[in-house]
Amino acid sequence: MKTRATLVAVLLAATATVAAQVSYDRLRQADREPQNWLTYSGSYASQRHSPLTQITPANVKNLEMQWVFQARSLEKFQATPLVVDGILYTVQAPNDIMALDAATGRVFWSYSYRPSAAARPCCGRVNRGLAILDGTLFMGTIDGHLIAVDAKTGKPIWDVALAKPESGYALTLAPLVVKDRVIVGTAGGEFGIRGFLAAYDAKTGKEVWRFYTIPGPGEAGHETWGGDSWTRGGGPVWLTGSYDAGLNLTYWGIGNPGPDYNGDLRPGDNLYTSSVVALDADTGTLKWHYQFTPHDEFDYDSAQIPVLADARWQGRARKLMFWANRNGFFYVLDRTTGEFLSGKPFVKVTWATGFDERGRPIQPADKKPNAEGVLIFPGNQGGTNWYSPSYSPRTGLFYIPTWLNYDTVYAKRPVEFVEGQSFGGGNPRTTVPAGIQTVTNNYQTEDEGHGAIRAIDPLTGEKRWDFKMADVTDAGVLTTASDLLFSGGREGYFFALDARSGALLWKATVGGVVASGPMTYAVGGRQYVAVAAGNSLFTFALRQ
Amino acid sequence: MWRAAWWISGIAIALLSSAAPARAQRFHVPGELEQGEILYQANCATCHGLEGDEVRGTDLAHGQFRRASTDEDLIGIIRNGIPGTAMPANNVSPVQAAAIVGYLRSLAATEALASLPGDAARGQALVEGKGACLSCHRIAVTGSRVGPDLTEVGRFRRRIELERALVDPGAVVRPEHRRYRVVTRDGATVVGRLLNHDTLAVLLMDDKEQLRSFAKADLRSYAFVLESPMPSYRDRLSAEELADVVRYLASLKGIQPQTP
Repeated sequence: MKTRATLVAVLLAATATVAAQVSYDRLRQADREPQNWLTYSGSYASQRHSPLTQITPANVKNLEMQWVFQARSLEKFQATPLVVDGILYTVQAPNDIMALDAATGRVFWSYSYRPSAAARPCCGRVNRGLAILDGTLFMGTIDGHLIAVDAKTGKPIWDVALAKPESGYALTLAPLVVKDRVIVGTAGGEFGIRGFLAAYDAKTGKEVWRFYTIPGPGEAGHETWGGDSWTRGGGPVWLTGSYDAGLNLTYWGIGNPGPDYNGDLRPGDNLYTSSVVALDADTGTLKWHYQFTPHDEFDYDSAQIPVLADARWQGRARKLMFWANRNGFFYVLDRTTGEFLSGKPFVKVTWATGFDERGRPIQPADKKPNAEGVLIFPGNQGGTNWYSPSYSPRTGLFYIPTWLNYDTVYAKRPVEFVEGQSFGGGNPRTTVPAGIQTVTNNYQTEDEGHGAIRAIDPLTGEKRWDFKMADVTDAGVLTTASDLLFSGGREGYFFALDARSGALLWKATVGGVVASGPMTYAVGGRQYVAVAAGNSLFTFALRQ
Repeated sequence: MWRAAWWISGIAIALLSSAAPARAQRFHVPGELEQGEILYQANCATCHGLEGDEVRGTDLAHGQFRRASTDEDLIGIIRNGIPGTAMPANNVSPVQAAAIVGYLRSLAATEALASLPGDAARGQALVEGKGACLSCHRIAVTGSRVGPDLTEVGRFRRRIELERALVDPGAVVRPEHRRYRVVTRDGATVVGRLLNHDTLAVLLMDDKEQLRSFAKADLRSYAFVLESPMPSYRDRLSAEELADVVRYLASLKGIQPQTP
């Protein structure tokens, strides 16, 4: 009965919103129209949890492929699509916007942006998706531009150059629209950039505010950078943030400092790298921050999705933020104040032994990179990375795509800054390949450096279950209100698990690495699940 | 286990290095030497040879260089070349050059090969006859596919490595050559070369050279076999015969393009 009621609601909502503009109110109340997927993470709370319930643990075995969009691109397909009233928008790497019929996969239009030859994204000519407001789509480009495009025609409306691509600046994240602004940040941490977040007027492209992730002279936090290291200290932003409309705060994870592995050149804590920042959405003013990894020498970018949840914390209802960090700790923060509530390892962690009373990690002296090399858990790619986690308010569980039993030997190397060139300062070595493989290598043991979906109770940090994979994973997680969990991995499977038990309920061989977050939507009362794998976007629905 | 083996080899190299003549040397992290080996073979071996002794006046594997003594000198030469000589600049990063130097230093730390020169023709006869090597290995179109293919083993393995593999085959089994054993739910055991494995499946070539695919759900157990099935030839072949086999194997450089 519940399923039917939801379905009816979906149908009514679909009828009511056909051809309507995607207003800020709709973005703010995205849960009210579960047939659509209006932001990168599905809602401002970024739980990647859908209220749709047509596909259930009982019938998921009847999923079958509906259509495939094959990208004309051999680059990793990392974008999460948007779906608005039957139209699916996604990005063909590096920077082509595609508008498809969400029920059939047929192309309405495409818009090709040609990035400058100077573009030098560190880790692939990738894009993670779009944002929409009213009738306009927004895309960041690998040469450091933000583009506005008409959602009906694919014609560009405005184009803003944010920063110099030849210096390493690149936009790979999906923008976040808040009110009438488009918020983006810049990648380029490997090249000694000075990272920033900035908001642009959605109508004109005019910059409204800019927040440098590294404070300049006279600003609080500037003293955490020795000498002039702040001018090239990294702190990139390459994953979409979240927003709490009630608090009017927008939350973003900040990448690691540069040079990545040699902190000698940047003495101090290096604020606000490897941190979460909470900014006033109207002004870009910093309200609070929490630094997960002070003076990071492990490349532990905090490029994760800030997951917002309201729950009882030690008997009191609180506005919380859940954060499974690349550094291996799962954090609970108070998102109103930034107060550190808890930090528990969700994988093996050796770089820190715990936290002091103010939530600062305690790092043993012998767990810092040196010239000889130091073995550290978790390894360079982290206990998790940018892959979207999911939180289900129904199960109360937090689901992390994770790398288990994975370490790296970090060795420090001298490095000099040259604008636009790699600024690493180290030689991290691991037996687990960091790059995406197409065939599972057999250089490892079964237990060494493998992937898993790990379900934890966010309020205690305790593990509930693991779904173990033989290879590591770069895939995000989607959960639904029927207690299904969808994810994939490097092995080319896309699968559904029981969100309560972790049992494998269904799988499809998509034949390419899943390096994106799955999402779900409905058209005409029929629920679809979509995931990008290899160079294609696959959609599934129940057999009719 | 492979992690352990890498560590042990790293420690062994470190110990041996400390016994070598005093010289400013870096400590090399696990994996770096393997990277150095790959880079050396790709960038340097064409002129210097796999053994590092094919350019007159140098013996890279034994610390004999014409113009360098420290690691920093060598890194500079690898990257920048030597003007006025045949040594070109190489497009490798300082980290990669350091890995090559680390690999060369690790070679210097290994014991010398028995001095017998060996005879390739006699070696070939031993490989095909008395040694029965082709009952497990394959060279070009002859022999079994069960063990590692030797058709171009001379491009990637130094003579000392070949000799060690013959005398003590279990000491170092390259990860890609480990065997894999599955036991099905009905009790059948299948052993072979692992071709692929993932969360749900195991794909291998069994000892009858059949390509087999198993669902892990249908298996009682599946794991690498850590022991090498290869017998030691320490007592099966004389020192001269071993030298002949090594010489022959070192001569195997793969199939060559045919000219009409």
